[in-house]
Amino acid sequence: MSRPAILARIRKALGETRASDPGRRTAAEKRLAQPFRHLIPARAQQPRPDLVTCFKEELRRQSAHVVEVETAARVPTAIAAYLAEHGVPPRVRCGDDAFLAALPWAMAVQLERARGAAEPGDTASVSHALAGVAETGTLVLASSPSNPASLAFLPETHCIIIAEDAIVGAFEDAIDRVRAAFGRHAMPRSLNLISGPSRTGDIGGRIVLGAHGPRRLAVIVFKSRDGAR
Amino acid sequence: MTASGFKAGVTTALADGNLRRALDGLPGGLVAQRAAAVARLPEFEALRTIARDIKDQTLADLDFYLEAFEGRAVAAGSRVHWASTAADARDIILGICQKAGAKLVTKSKSMIADEVGLNAHLEAAGLEVVETDLGEYIVQIRGETPSHIIAPAIHLTQGQVEAGFRRQHAALPRDRKLAEPQELVAEARSVLRAKFLAAGVGITGANFLVAETGSAVIVTNEGNADLTHTLPKVHIVIASIEKVVPSLEDALSLLRVLARSGTGQDMTAYTTFVTGPRRAGDTDGPAEAHVVILDNGRSEILASPVRDILRCIRCGACQNHCPVYGVIGGHAYGSLYSGPVGAVLTPALTGIADARHLPNASTFCGACEAVCPVKIPLPELMRRWRQDEHAGKLTPPGQRRGLAVWSAFARRPRLYHAAARFIAAILGALGKKHGAFRRLPFGRGWTATRDFPAPQGRTFQQLWAETKRGVPR
Repeated sequence: MSRPAILARIRKALGETRASDPGRRTAAEKRLAQPFRHLIPARAQQPRPDLVTCFKEELRRQSAHVVEVETAARVPTAIAAYLAEHGVPPRVRCGDDAFLAALPWAMAVQLERARGAAEPGDTASVSHALAGVAETGTLVLASSPSNPASLAFLPETHCIIIAEDAIVGAFEDAIDRVRAAFGRHAMPRSLNLISGPSRTGDIGGRIVLGAHGPRRLAVIVFKSRDGAR
Repeated sequence: MTASGFKAGVTTALADGNLRRALDGLPGGLVAQRAAAVARLPEFEALRTIARDIKDQTLADLDFYLEAFEGRAVAAGSRVHWASTAADARDIILGICQKAGAKLVTKSKSMIADEVGLNAHLEAAGLEVVETDLGEYIVQIRGETPSHIIAPAIHLTQGQVEAGFRRQHAALPRDRKLAEPQELVAEARSVLRAKFLAAGVGITGANFLVAETGSAVIVTNEGNADLTHTLPKVHIVIASIEKVVPSLEDALSLLRVLARSGTGQDMTAYTTFVTGPRRAGDTDGPAEAHVVILDNGRSEILASPVRDILRCIRCGACQNHCPVYGVIGGHAYGSLYSGPVGAVLTPALTGIADARHLPNASTFCGACEAVCPVKIPLPELMRRWRQDEHAGKLTPPGQRRGLAVWSAFARRPRLYHAAARFIAAILGALGKKHGAFRRLPFGRGWTATRDFPAPQGRTFQQLWAETKRGVPR
């Protein structure tokens, strides 16, 4: 039985007095029950307009494409235009949470949409981000039946939709949103922090995009929620 | 590996032109990128201190946080297994694979999977094991081990990668173009995509385990870990005991220094918190999720003088900045963990007798400690191993005699200074004409490859004393 043996060796290493100190357990339990933040970089605490700018700039530094639209209603046509611009067939595997389902997809007449987990033949996908983190230009995606994790990894082109008001400063702010959505101590099966398209430097140290995941990452930022039914 | 094996490995490495070319990219690559990332974040030094403290605080209550992690992971639907030894971990993982009826296993990069010899064990039982991190795949098809913690194929040139692909992918057209990195990556992508889709079990490591939520945090740039844990029916995480951290906030603070130190990125492309198997209604994700918690000697390191090495978050910065690693590469060390981290960790895992060459393969320049994101005093810990080596009489007799003579003088300052003045005067007089010696008695190790500069005739102590007295120079 490895479990008791490992724990016994750890307690022995910590020393008799420390291992048997009841206050130790209380302090550690508190740290889990009430997690606290450490230092948050100033970059993550700028005024709101600067945070939004920072988010987009950091994404571009990481070779993502940022597409800005005024309203949610414009998102489907913006996706269709992006795919056309990059020579990607007008077909997407798409999440179908309440927000995505409410978008006016009919406005993008050519765009075909399929639901469910990604399949090997899929060339492009669409996900909805729970949050965006300005400090590093990172998108936070939570897997669910209506936002399958495979959408973010199998197709060569991945489009992530995010509301401008879902952009936060620090990772910790995004985690607060995750906790609000899933509850304390609970997590989605896969919480994906995505900072740019897939890449590798394993051949001669040169960066090549599209190692296993998407070659292209489009981030569609919309300012107002108008137009979503 | 023995000390003589190490010398032979170094000789081979220094004569290897491909290795020279491959390692020449380090200073302008990962080293420069780290410097740029650190320069962009004014809080970086403060974050290193925080990262160190988080790891220290976790280690001080390691038993509690492991139990808490287990509780949360089980609540999320994972099965948690504890492995005291490498053999325990191998057997547990093979058992899960066999129960799942898997024939093909995909793997995302894990150092401890290599530490426990997992691939060979699964292969001996008839399973096909495919590494999916591109660098790991490249070394796997060459029958090698990773030469670097985060850049496993850093010792290879592009031409060597191409040769490996042409040999391994023999079914593809022989006249295909593979001259560009993009072409090589595209070929690996299509070959490995088929493996991802066919695998029955996916095995990943973990950069952190989060006690608060029972999550494993996995960091990649390629997205291979996510395909490994999302597509097969069964996902197995293998992680060693020191990977646990208390809260999500603790993990986030460590993530702020991890990629910046390793690749010089603010964040790698993918950082994933994976928690349990697929949920009700999910259309992807594994039906079963397992976490194997490995000790393999670490609980004893916790009680040892090199405990600080358990703070290591495997960023590879110490390797990137080590002048010794930079000329010999990872394989010459003969240890899975190479460079400064290996010089401290490997003797702790295998005993100093079998690894005494490692803490000696250092100039003690201190670059490793200066860049370590969790401030591990690597030179000091190497020095501790050298003391153990000396105390255990493991050093060669000649070296011990030399040290004894030197220490006899060094402990008697007046004698030492007199001897130094004598030698400096003699060498100064003898070397006046040429300014250097081509050969020295007792000094052949030095003069075999370069001249020994002649002293000026007086010792530093003499010059210092004169300066203090105000003697004009």
